[in-house]
Parts: sequence; C-alpha cells; structure tokens
Amino acid sequence: MKKIFAALALSWCGLAAAGGLLVNGAGATFPFPLYSKWFSDYNKKLPDIKFNYQSIGSGGGIKQITERTVDFGASDAPMTDEELALAPGIVHIPTVMGAVVVTYNAPVEGLKLTPETLAGLFLGKITKWNDQALAKDNPGVKLPDGPVSVIHRSDGSGTTNIFTDYLSKVSPEWKAAVGAGKSVKWPAGLGAKGNEGVSGLVKGTPGAVGYVELAYANQNKLARAALRNKDGQFVLPSLEGTSEAAAGVPMPPDFRVSITNADGKTAYPMASFTYILVYKDQSDKEKGEAVLKFLWWAVHDGQAAAPALDYAPLPKAVVAEVEKKLESLTVQGKPVPLASSR
Amino acid sequence: MRAKSHLVRTVVNHTVTALCGLMVLLALLPLGSLLWLVISKGTPGLTLTFFTSLPTPVGEPGGGVGNAILGTASMVALACLIGLPVGIGAGVFLAERADNAFSRAVRFTAEVFSGIPSIVIGIVAYGLVVVPMRRFSGLAGGLALALLMVPSLARTTEELVRLVPVSLREASLALGISQWKTSLRIVLRTAAGGLLTAALLAIARAAGETAPLLFTSLNNQYWNFRPDQPTASLTVQIYNYAISPYEDWHQKAWSAALVLLLLVGLLNLAARYALRRSAAGGKS
Amino acid sequence: MVTARVHAPAGRQAGDRIWNGLLGLLGGAILLVVGVIVLELVEVARPVLKTGALGFLLGTDWDPVSGSFGALAFIYGTLVTSALAILVAVPVSVGLALFLSEMGPRQLRPVVSFAIETLAAIPSVVYGLWGLFVLVPWLRSDLEPFLGSVFGFLPLFKGPPIGLGYLAGGLILSVMILPTVASVTNEVLKTVPPALREGALALGATRWEAIRMAVLPYARPGILGATILGLGRALGETMAVTMVIGNSPEIHASLFAPGYSLPSVIANEFAEATGAVHAGALAGLALVLFGLSLVLNSLARLLVQVVARGPRGGRPA
Repeated sequence: MKKIFAALALSWCGLAAAGGLLVNGAGATFPFPLYSKWFSDYNKKLPDIKFNYQSIGSGGGIKQITERTVDFGASDAPMTDEELALAPGIVHIPTVMGAVVVTYNAPVEGLKLTPETLAGLFLGKITKWNDQALAKDNPGVKLPDGPVSVIHRSDGSGTTNIFTDYLSKVSPEWKAAVGAGKSVKWPAGLGAKGNEGVSGLVKGTPGAVGYVELAYANQNKLARAALRNKDGQFVLPSLEGTSEAAAGVPMPPDFRVSITNADGKTAYPMASFTYILVYKDQSDKEKGEAVLKFLWWAVHDGQAAAPALDYAPLPKAVVAEVEKKLESLTVQGKPVPLASSR
Repeated sequence: MRAKSHLVRTVVNHTVTALCGLMVLLALLPLGSLLWLVISKGTPGLTLTFFTSLPTPVGEPGGGVGNAILGTASMVALACLIGLPVGIGAGVFLAERADNAFSRAVRFTAEVFSGIPSIVIGIVAYGLVVVPMRRFSGLAGGLALALLMVPSLARTTEELVRLVPVSLREASLALGISQWKTSLRIVLRTAAGGLLTAALLAIARAAGETAPLLFTSLNNQYWNFRPDQPTASLTVQIYNYAISPYEDWHQKAWSAALVLLLLVGLLNLAARYALRRSAAGGKS
Repeated sequence: MVTARVHAPAGRQAGDRIWNGLLGLLGGAILLVVGVIVLELVEVARPVLKTGALGFLLGTDWDPVSGSFGALAFIYGTLVTSALAILVAVPVSVGLALFLSEMGPRQLRPVVSFAIETLAAIPSVVYGLWGLFVLVPWLRSDLEPFLGSVFGFLPLFKGPPIGLGYLAGGLILSVMILPTVASVTNEVLKTVPPALREGALALGATRWEAIRMAVLPYARPGILGATILGLGRALGETMAVTMVIGNSPEIHASLFAPGYSLPSVIANEFAEATGAVHAGALAGLALVLFGLSLVLNSLARLLVQVVARGPRGGRPA
C-alpha cells in the first residue's frame, strides 16, 4: 500500500516538474473565440508553452493584471486614468478588432435601430416590440405584439463599455441617465455573465434583446439589428464596416482609443479594438519572453485566423506601431529580439 | 370541545395522511426530474475521451473534462490534508478538555460558523492566498475547501468522541497508558467508524463546491500537477459550460454533472457503508 | 467526564503535555480561522464602512460608474427568495417528516429517507443546471402565465413571464433546503416523548389528532428551529440562485421580475472589482451575509436545543 502511494506521489511530482511553461491570462470575453484558437494553434507550434486564458470579462482582466495575479490581462475597454494610476507601467497592445451587435430573439425581419430607439429599448422606455417608435423606423416590417426583455452584462465588461460609449455619444438622454463604462447602472433588464451568458440568454428567451460581440451572434445564429451610423446610413455589422471605422480615427501612442460612431459611409458604429495588457517590464524571464513572442506572432501570423472567426485584422499602420511598442518592452530590463522570431 | 362524528374524524385523518403523501411526491418530483435529466442527457457524452482528454476550443468537437476531474480530486485531497487533521483535532480538543472559557468559545465558534456561506470563504481565500502569492492556484482552492470542512467536522468529531464510553478511557488510564496514547489509540480508534463517515461526507461536500473556487483556483485548460497554478475543477467547468450559448457545451455540462454526481454519490455510499460497519461492529 | 490524573514517569508526562498542547493549538486554530475571516472582511470593507454603514445598508443604488453602492436591493432579493423558499419548503418538510415518522407506511420510510439524503448530496451547480434548463423554461411557459392570468391583479404576479427571477430563485432554493428542514424536523419529531402521543391515542384520538394535539405543540420550537436553519442555508446558496435569478440589482415588487441576491452579486462581480470602493462594497455585502447567517444559525441551534431539553414538566405548551 505504502509502495503504491510512494509511486503515485513520485510520478505526480515528475509530471509536475515536466509540465512545461504555463502562462496565465484572464479578461475579455469579447475576443475569447479568437484567443482560444490562437492559444491552441500557438501550443501546436510550440508544445512546451501553454497559455491558459480564462474569459472573465474585461473588468476582471484589468483587476487581475493590476494585482499581478495573472501574467497578462485582456480588455476591450482601454484602462481609465484612475485604473492606470493603480497599475503603473501597464501597456495596451491592440490585437484585433471586433464589432458589438445588437441581437434579438423576435420574429422580426431586418430590424433597424436608430440611436433613439436603441436608447429607448435599453432605458426600458420601449417595452413592446410593436411600439410606435420601432414601427416608425421599420416601415413595412411586421412587429410582434410581445414584451421586450432587455439583457445586459452582469459583470464588468469591455463589450458594455463599447456599447455604452456609443450610446453616450449618440443619445444625450442615455448619457445623462446612465453614462458609459464597463459596469453601469442599468435602468432595465436582466444581467448575464460574459458574452457567453448574454448570447445564451438571448437565444433562450423569446422577446429578448441584448448586445454581444459579432462572433457570438454568428456562432449562435442570432438575428442582428442594423444601426444608423454617423453618416446616416443603416449598416449591418461586418468586418469591412469595422475596418472602415478604424480607418478614420488617428491612433494615439498609448493605443487607448475609441472608434465608436466613426465617420465613413459604411462604417459600423459599434466597432472596437481589443487589447492585451502587459507590464512594460516583464519580471519573469521565461514567461515574459513567451508573452512578448506570442504577441509578435499574434499581430502578424495570428491575424490570418481572424476573419474566419468574424474579427477584423489590425490595420497595417497599427501593426507597424505595435511592432515598435513590443520592441520597446523589456524582460527583466533587457529587450527581447522579436523581429527574427516568426 | 364540540364532539365531531367518528366519520368526520376518520376522513380528516385519511385526508391528512394523503396530504402528507402528496408532500412526499412534491419533494421527490424535482429529484426525479433532475436525476432523470442528468442521466438521460449526460450518458451519451460519457465516452472514454470525455474522461481522459482536455477541453477543446470553442466550436471544435470532442474534448472532455479529464483535467477537471484531476483538478477536483487534487484540490479535495489538499483540502483533506489540511482540513481533516485540524477538524478532527479540534473536535477531540472539545471533547476532552475541561469545560473552560476557551473551550466554550471554540465550541460556540465551530457550531455557529459551520453555516458560513461558501462565497465568503472564497473572498477571504482570495485576499489571504491569491493576492500575496500573486497567482490563482489549486492551493488557494484547496485551502478554501479546507476552511469549509473544519467547523462541521470539529462538531461531529466532538459528538462522536463523547459517545465513547468513559469506562473505556478510565480503564486505559488505570492501566498506566498515557493520556495521549489513550486518546489516540483507544478513543479515536473506537470512534473511527463514525469519523470515517463524517470525513467522507465532508469530502463529498467539498467536491461539490463551486463558489469558493471561482476566485481561488480560477480554471485551467490544461493538465495541471502543480498546486501553485490555476486548476480546473468539475464544478467550475459545469458552470462555465451551462451559462454558455453553445449546444455542445450544454451537452458537456450534463455529462460533467453526471460524472460529478457519480463521484459524490460514491462518496456518500462509502460513508453509509462505513457507518453501517461501525454500528455493526458494536461497542463494549 | 473524568480524566484520571495518574502519576506517570516524566517521559509519559512530556508526551501528554505535547498532546494537550497540540489539541489546544488545533482548537485555537478554529478561533484563529474565524478571527482571520472577520478581520479580512472588515479590512477590505473599510472604505464602505467609513462612509456610513447605515447608508450602505439602506442604499438602493449600485452604480460602479459613480461609485455609489447600497446593499438594499441585494438584501431584498436574498430575503424574498429565502422567504419564498421557506414558504414552500416548510409545509412540504413537515408533511414529509410526519410521513417518515408517523403517518406513512413503514416499508416506504427507508426509501423516502434515502431519497431525501440524495437530495441533500446534490451539488449546487447541478441544481443550477437543472434550474436553468428545466425549471426556468417551465416557469416561462407554464407556471408564470398561469399565475399571471389567475392572480395578475396582485403586484406580486405582474409583468412578462421571463422565467428567470425571484420566483425561479425561490423555488430552486426551496428544493435545496428541503433536505435540511425535513431531516431536522424528523429528528425533532423523534425526540417527542412517546408517552405524549400514546396518551392521546389511548384517549381515542386518531393518528392526526394525536399529532395535532400532542406532538406538534411539543415540537413547535424545534420545527421553528429547523425553519430558521433552512433559512440560514438558503441565505448562503450561491451558484443555483446566480444561474436563475436574472442578475438585476434593483428592487421589483413582482416575483416574475429579475433580482439579485447577496451571494450572487459577490460571485459575479468580485473577480473584477477594481478600486477599493467597489471591492469594499462587495466585502460589505459579504459581512451582511455573514452577520445574517450567524444570527440565524445561533437562533436555530438555540431553538433545537430547547426541544431537546424539553419544556417544563414535559407538558405541551
């Protein structure tokens, strides 16, 4: 008996020692479908390095990297100045772009939403699908006589940040009543955890309306609404619309930017970059090198996987800036040669 | 008192009996529904791959909860390593020490705090272990589970030790055997059956916990053998699968739930068996 | 309890002293653990306690943007779901316990007893899974429309039937606390002196009358204790409730509306609460939860003890 125990303990320790390198990250659910593919592909390329990413929401990503309980964080919402003050030395690295779609579970063919009706829905003012305001913007579309169930995020979310950032720009009523942020005081509706939770609830609740990242809407075959962009055109979410939204906006040196309600005839109004958050100087040699090399791979080779999963690749100009930024980061004070590692 | 006819009273009696029977059915209905669904929806997914492989990324078929089973097992084992000695030891302390203010305080604390919500333990473990260690870890998860085990284990141990006849202890002491040998070899051995039952039940409870693991062990996509890294667990995995929008993840949730129920069920059966054996063994 | 002090040689005494010391240490460990828990919570909750505990308890705002946090919506949600759970679970448990101890056929007792123990062993997250995919759809398509059409004039049953909400939370809690309340009630009924029941039966009472006149009044404080114990358990249930309550930090009158409970909001928001105030607010909620469960547990044990010791003279109150 004792021998079996000893053998087990010994093999356990052996397995523990031989485990390879595990890098831990946590954060946004927005890019999770793409990130999980990236980490899986990267692990096939370099089997000894494993990236364990947990999608707990952008708020979680920011908090955990601030407390340094993870090796990198992920967020669609750029950190605010207050948050940056608590985590000196954090750098935002944009990885890919995505779009937030307004999705719904109602028998409506091609719903069009203006800023007024969108705000009205999420403020709890429009409570039935055949409300006058909706009918006005959707002439000729049959609207059912049923109650609207608003679904929002219950966790601190970058997706919420994009959504409320857009609404605050286009609806003064929303801006005054609620404002923008990763977590807001929702006037109406139910909360669900993560993009996963919201899409799950919308899918299962007749009459529901919510907001999720494009990949989730596509994967779950959820209907999406066309939004009126700054130029007055109703656009459906698309990768082209996302890329166009980024084209018009200048990128600041720290990459913290909002591209909602962007100019452009076919620009999609709720597009956004998503970021991985790392410290300027990586304290762990092995993990630091692994993270930086992965990021280099992600913004080059990884971009090819994005469109298939409904994410828009980074504009070339941004990639050039990211390259410079990555090369300026250090591991234990020393820079890491990246351009050669492909 | 107004005299009621015998017939009325008999009818009332039978009605109440029927009502009680109805209550039993009402109570058993959710249980039946739950077990039926877990078994019927979960069984198709129970392939060998399910038990032995890692979870696959979103959209890719296959995969399993092998690492989650290992994670739950390792964290529960860790919890036992810490929680069993402390819980049982504290229980022996309460049963054997003189009734002074200190032991009364310990007893009150153990009794009343055995009902502490597990989410609160999770927060405390986060602040005490995860933040200073700068990482999520199986150790933090195991510790949180141990914290949950200790108070109820202490109380149960105290009751079991008190059940051991005083004459046994006195006889041992009279024979010149030291106090500690008496406690350990004679008293605890006699109470061993009951202790085993209590321990198995505590383990079953720990294996089924989710809330304290959410911010201590986080989760992990890979096999993990190190206690200082995030660790997968069956319960957290079921939660993540259940609230997701993907049909195949829902299917995996049911299968994982079936695995969890089998695990917990086995532990409970073992506890029951241990109890029966200790009772049958008889006491002098 | 006699501990004979025998004159033992020095070696044996040393062993005993180490043993006693170790035991004392382990006993003290419990005090240490609990002390650490309380201190840690108070420490994290400091930002919120400083700005006024009463304001925090009664505040209805939960606004991470402006940093204004109040616990009332969650206390309300916890109390409503727990109250609903008790309302459903206690009558069922008493009926169940009576069935097990008095009224049911003897052959069925071990089966029912086993079933109840099985209910107790099922983990919370599995209840949540069942709740999400079975209870909630049933509420949405059957029970809530029914209640709405029959009792819709009451504010309790107004609003669209979404399935998720206070009602779902309360019902799932009732299933989860059923084993606790039923088994304690069963134990309490067992402690009733048989003479009481037999006396009533000897006087010609039917089984139910004997129970009503002799057993239940005696067991009343114990049943109350079981209820409070169940309430204590209901307060702390996290996963199953989180999955079905709808996560809306507001106070709604209707049972069909989504709500939020103390453990649920902590579970959802703790991992991401940046800023001392948000984290402090969550720790404050944990303290409220802790305090509530402490009070209820102590009360419950007191009541159960009262029955165990028996009222004066053993006569029904």
